[in-house]
Amino acid sequence: MADTLRVNPINCSGHGVCAELLPELVTLDEWGYPIIANSPVPPALDLEARRAVAACPALALKLLRA
Amino acid sequence: MSGTTAFWYASRATGVVALLLLTAVLVLGILVNRQGRLPGLPRFAVTSLHRNISLLAVAFITVHVLTAVLDTFVSIPLLSSVIPFASGYERLWLGLGAISFDLMLAMIITSLVRGRLNRILWRAIHLLAYLCWPVAFAHSIGSSKDLQHGWLLDLSIACALIVAAAALWRLASAARQLPRAARVAAILAQHAPHATRQAHERISR
Amino acid sequence: MTMAPANETVDEATGGAARPYASGLPRLLPLVPGVPEDLRAHLARHGRLPYRGGPGLLIGSVEEAGLTGRGGAAFLVSRKLAIVARARGRKVIVANGAESEPASHKDALLLRAAPNLVLDGLQLAAEAIGAREAYLYLHPGVSPEILRALNQREAAGLDWLGVTIVEAPPRFLAGQESALVNRLGGGPAVPTFVPPRVSERGLGGAPTLVQNVETLAHLALIARYGPRWFRALGTAQEPGSMLTTVHTQPSGGSAGSSPPGQHNTQIIEAEIGTPLRALIHQDNVQAVLIGGFHGTWLPITTIGTLTLDNEALKTHGAALGAGVIAALPADRCGLAEAARVVRYLAAESAGQCGPCLNGLPRMAAALAELAGRGHRRQTRTDLERWAGLVTGRGACNHPDGTVRFVRSALTVFAPEISLHARGLCSATNRTPFLPLPGGMPMTEDDWT
Repeated sequence: MADTLRVNPINCSGHGVCAELLPELVTLDEWGYPIIANSPVPPALDLEARRAVAACPALALKLLRA
Repeated sequence: MSGTTAFWYASRATGVVALLLLTAVLVLGILVNRQGRLPGLPRFAVTSLHRNISLLAVAFITVHVLTAVLDTFVSIPLLSSVIPFASGYERLWLGLGAISFDLMLAMIITSLVRGRLNRILWRAIHLLAYLCWPVAFAHSIGSSKDLQHGWLLDLSIACALIVAAAALWRLASAARQLPRAARVAAILAQHAPHATRQAHERISR
Repeated sequence: MTMAPANETVDEATGGAARPYASGLPRLLPLVPGVPEDLRAHLARHGRLPYRGGPGLLIGSVEEAGLTGRGGAAFLVSRKLAIVARARGRKVIVANGAESEPASHKDALLLRAAPNLVLDGLQLAAEAIGAREAYLYLHPGVSPEILRALNQREAAGLDWLGVTIVEAPPRFLAGQESALVNRLGGGPAVPTFVPPRVSERGLGGAPTLVQNVETLAHLALIARYGPRWFRALGTAQEPGSMLTTVHTQPSGGSAGSSPPGQHNTQIIEAEIGTPLRALIHQDNVQAVLIGGFHGTWLPITTIGTLTLDNEALKTHGAALGAGVIAALPADRCGLAEAARVVRYLAAESAGQCGPCLNGLPRMAAALAELAGRGHRRQTRTDLERWAGLVTGRGACNHPDGTVRFVRSALTVFAPEISLHARGLCSATNRTPFLPLPGGMPMTEDDWT
């Protein structure tokens, strides 16, 4: 039932808000673009993940049903 | 000044605060789009402030409208806050207020459901901000004698100058931005200008 | 293992006499090399277009035949057909003839020499999925043979669906599935984010079947001769024949006796599983590029045992891809070749995704540095780091394919890298070997 976090790289413009809100799952590469951990979102971080998805200014972050 | 009531004062005061908040929201919105930072604050603070202050602005405008309606000195129907030019009193200026309030509601409601909305549609409606602010400004200046002189006039003009500067900066930034098709060529030119010639130049055997 | 002798030479370096084949080849290419088959010749050789009379009926045969895509991805064709056939509502089919790989010429040849096979396959697949719209996606300079074939077929009342030709821009990514659908919809030929796959939501939201032209040609033959005939060639897991574009430098006796720069390109229709050494002479070859510019370099020592099938190739990290086989002559510099290709690949990025847009040009610069005289230690580390950073982080496979090419080049040409680091180079011939188009995209027009 755990969701996976994915970024649409076309819409992503490297704002970096996701990495601040969800550092456990998102880090930024040397150009400011998010590197998303491949694993499903642990339940403890589910709320934070949803916040990060809502906060993305480019609407590039998505939570996909597993 | 006789006959003015607490409601009327409250309406004018909340109106001024709303104008200041809207000015801040617009500038913050531009900052979000250009990936600007506020000194000492994390990136998510910029988007958070933009959203929260816009909601605060709506709250102030709601009080601004209600107090104006409740005030008995002039008769302003509640519906004229969202239906333009529906009030007898100061039909034009209040009508502009209704228009800007409608635009604001459109922007906020679409933003609340932006996960489910087409990105292009959301952006098109959000761009109405550049229409909303001048209309709100005109409403403010036109419908309140207070803002037409003294320090309130100075304050209003300062807000207008800030918005104008921010909007111009935004336009210039957009004009400088390379279209997608040209971005690759630019980065290649920056990093690998003579890639094909470098290979094999001056190699001794 | 059987193979038809080279069926057509692109640069006239060798001749091509007609020979009778008992091997069952050629299947797709004309019986007489160099002589295209017009409608009459096509019907005389293969018989009438065997429509099944309704949707879904052909799919079983295609599944039994085990046909896989010949456009590079090698998906099971019957599965793709079934997915679109099952969907409801309006459906679209596209014959993908946009052979965007500069080193591949097989689709162009097929469209010139056997256009009716491709168009038959298009009609049959359209019937099988119940499509109501058919497109043929081609690079500019549409061959007159295709237009003539379409006209002849229309006059003969052969085609069930009208076919609309749409021009593809000369971009490496133009033939990518979502870029193709984007282009068909009037936009630029740049990839879009998947999901949803185009087979679920494609052109105008309709389920869209995109199939390479060679795949459709095979399908047209399966419909006539049946799955058992198709499986008579090839391996059990990868049945049939395939078109390959083979790049070699003809050995003229001792090294140096052939004029430098001579380059032989041949389209060979070969049975899958053919030993690679039957396709390329191994003398004076240092390495072989398999698949194309998103493919893999292999050292010549491995070629002796490898066969033309994915099962064998994947043990060396390679795949058939677009069917390109380029035998790099021993007198060239592999690093310089690789650097030129990676620069091309970087220039052909759609520029939509941060990692690709930023990573590929830097990788191109790093490779150019390695191919030059002396390089900084940091360059090697950077190149590895960038390769890791771009993999899997684009909307399409462009960064991944480029990394595969780069990593295999770094492995195979490692000795050359050491030489260059000391200011030396083993090459005696500076003429570029791999074909690359000139110019690079600058404006939106270049993508439409």
